[in-house]
Amino acid sequence: MSLLEIKNLHVKVDNHEILKGIDLTVNAGEVHSIMGPNGSGKSTLAQVLARREAYDVTEGQIIYNGKDLLEMKAEDAACEGVFLAFQYPVEIPGIGNAYFMRSALNAIRKYHGLDEMDAMDFLPLFKEKLKLLEMDEKLLNRSVNEGFSGGEKKRNEILQMALLEPKLAVLDETDSGLDIDALRIVAKGVNTLRGPERAMIVVTHYQRLLNYIVPDFVHVLVNGRIVRSGGPELALELEETGYAVPA
Amino acid sequence: MIAATEQLGTYLESFTEFQKRAAGRDLPWLQNLRESAFARFCEVGFPTTHDEDWRFTNVSPIAKTSFELSRDATVTKQEVKRLGVAGLGCQLVFINGKFSRGLSAIGQLPAGVSVNSLAEEISANSNSVESHLGRYLDTHRDSFSALNTAFAEDGGYVHVRRGVVLTDPIYLLFVSTANDKPLMSHPRNLIVIENEAQATIVEDYVSIGETAAFSNTATELIAGENAMVSHYMIEREHRQAFNISTLRIQQGRSANVSSHSVLLGGGLVRNNVHPVLAGEGGECLINGLFIGNGHQHLDNYMQVEHASPHCASRQFYNGILDDHAHGVFHGRIIVHKDAQKTDAKQTNRNLLLSDDARIDTKPQLEIYADDVKCTHGATIGQIEENALFYLRSRGIDEISARKLLLLAFANECLDRMAPSVARDHVENLIHAHLLLIANSVKPLSTVARNEDLGRNVEEIG
Repeated sequence: MSLLEIKNLHVKVDNHEILKGIDLTVNAGEVHSIMGPNGSGKSTLAQVLARREAYDVTEGQIIYNGKDLLEMKAEDAACEGVFLAFQYPVEIPGIGNAYFMRSALNAIRKYHGLDEMDAMDFLPLFKEKLKLLEMDEKLLNRSVNEGFSGGEKKRNEILQMALLEPKLAVLDETDSGLDIDALRIVAKGVNTLRGPERAMIVVTHYQRLLNYIVPDFVHVLVNGRIVRSGGPELALELEETGYAVPA
Repeated sequence: MIAATEQLGTYLESFTEFQKRAAGRDLPWLQNLRESAFARFCEVGFPTTHDEDWRFTNVSPIAKTSFELSRDATVTKQEVKRLGVAGLGCQLVFINGKFSRGLSAIGQLPAGVSVNSLAEEISANSNSVESHLGRYLDTHRDSFSALNTAFAEDGGYVHVRRGVVLTDPIYLLFVSTANDKPLMSHPRNLIVIENEAQATIVEDYVSIGETAAFSNTATELIAGENAMVSHYMIEREHRQAFNISTLRIQQGRSANVSSHSVLLGGGLVRNNVHPVLAGEGGECLINGLFIGNGHQHLDNYMQVEHASPHCASRQFYNGILDDHAHGVFHGRIIVHKDAQKTDAKQTNRNLLLSDDARIDTKPQLEIYADDVKCTHGATIGQIEENALFYLRSRGIDEISARKLLLLAFANECLDRMAPSVARDHVENLIHAHLLLIANSVKPLSTVARNEDLGRNVEEIG
C-alpha cells in the first residue's frame, strides 16, 4: 500500500481553479520533488496536504496511510504524521519557541496515547535537534519565528520536523531565500531524516536544492497539472530548458 | 446630571446615617473633607455621555439604582481561602468595604512598615492619615471620587518608612456579598511609600453571590523620592457588579511606579489611573489587560500628568473582547509647561473575537512644553488565521491553539510584571479566564471576514 495516493485532485481557491486534476503516488521511503513556475499550484498542493480549510477540494481524493486525508482537520492530519514546512513560517509573538514545540510534540503524543513530556525531559531532546541544525540555543526562548532571519525561520521549520518525526513531510520552498551555508545545513537536517519509514515531498522553484537533497522522483507542475515525471535527471534538464511545456 | 437627582435622596439618607457612626466623625478635618466632597457630588451628580471623559460609558444604570450602604455579612474562612491567594503573609480582607480582622492575617512585618485598616488607623492614629488623605484625589472634577471621599472610612492603609524594602506583596481582598437589596461600598485605600522604600500592593475585587453591587473605590498612592512601587488592580467580580475605581498616584523625584490593571469581571467597569509625575526623573509604567465577553463594559481611563522635567511614562493596554463586550481605552497625557524632556509613550492593542464586540480607543495629548517626545498608537485586529493554522498544522487542536494565541497576546502584559506572587496570581487568573473564552469562541469559518465589512482593521497575532 502506498503512503500517499492523490487521485484526480481539483482545488479551488476563491472560486478560481488552481489544481486541475493531480495524480500522484508516494511510497514510504521515497523523496519526490515537485517543481514548477510561479503560480503553477505547488504551494496550493502543499497546503491542501496540510489541510488548510480555505482551499476548496471540488473533485478527487487523497488517501493517506489508508485513510481519507480530506476528512481530517489540520491538527488530525498532523497527529497522523503529516508535516508541512511552511514557505513563509508564521511569526507568533508571545509564544516561546521551546514552549510551542513542546506543546506540538505533546499534542501528537497525546493523540497516540503516550504520556506528555515535561520540560525537563524535553530540553535535552530539543537541544540535540538544535545542534543538528546548527542553531543558537538562544532561539530556545525567543518567540516563535519573531525577529528570526529568513534562514533561521527555515531552519526552525526543519527543527520542528526533526522533533515531530512525521511520516510524510512536505517542504514548501524551504530553499528559497537561503544562502549556500544555510541551504547546506537545511539539507543536512532533511537528509538525516530520510529513512525507509518516511516519505518527503520537496516543493521547489529552483533545481539548486536538489543537488543537496537528491530526490527519487521529479514531477513538473504547470498550470495545475503534472506535465512530466521522471528521475533526478529531469531536474537538471529543467535547469537547462526552463519550465516550457514540451509540445 | 439629571440622572443623579433621581437617587439623591437615597444618598443623602445614607450620608446622614453614615456621619452618625463613621470612624473619625469627631475629627473636624475629616468631617470637613467628607462634607465638602458630598456637597460637590450633589452639585455635579453622575456624569453623562455628554461629558467628554465619559463619552463611551453610560453610568445611568448606576445613577438609576437605589443603593444601600453595605452592612455586615458573614463570610467564612474557607470562602476567603478559595478566593484569595495562598502563601501570602499579609492579607487584609474587606467584606462589602468593611475590614474583617477575623478573616485577615497581617503577620510579621519588617520594622518601619505599618499595615492596617484605614478605619482603625483613623481612630488610633489620625495624624498619619490626615497628612495624606484626600490631598491628591480630584474630587472637584470627578464625582465618583467625590462620592468615595464623602463615604471614605475603611480600606487598606499601608505605610512603608524611608528606605525599607518590602519584598512580599501586601494583598487587599475586597469581597462583595449577595444581598436582597443592591449594596454599595466605597473602599478607600491610602498607600504611603516613603523615600527610597520599596513595596508591592495588590487590590483584588471579587464577589460571592450574584446580586447587583456597586464598588466605588479610590486609592491614593504616594511614592516618595526614589521609591519603587508596584500596584495591582484586579477586577473579577460577577456580571451584576458595577465597579468604578480610581488610582491616584503622586510620584516624587526619581520615583518608579508600575500600575497593573487586570479587568476580567464586572458588568460595568471603569478603571481610572491618574499618575502625577511631580518630581524630576520619575518613571511610570501603566500596564493593563482587559478581557470581556457577554455584555461586559470595560472602560480604561488614563490620565498621565507630566509635571516635572525628565520623566518617562509608558502606557500599554491590551484588550480582548468577545460577544457583545464593549471596551474603552482613553489615554490622556498632559505635559505641563515646565516638563521638558518628557518621554511619554502610549500603546493600545485590541483583539476583537466577534462581530458584535466593540472597542473605542482614544488618545488625547495635551502638550504645553516644547521639548518632549510623545508617541501613541492603537491597533484593532482579530486572531490571525495564519497563526491559527500554523499551530494546528503542528498537531495543536483549534481550542488550544486559540488559547495559546490569546495567551500570547495577554503575555505582553504579563511580561511587564516583575516576577512575584502577585504576578503568579494574575497569571493563573488570566489562564483560567482565557480557557473559557477560547472554548466559547465560534470557529473562524462562521465569523464574517473583516474585509467583507469594509472595516479598516489590522491583523495582529
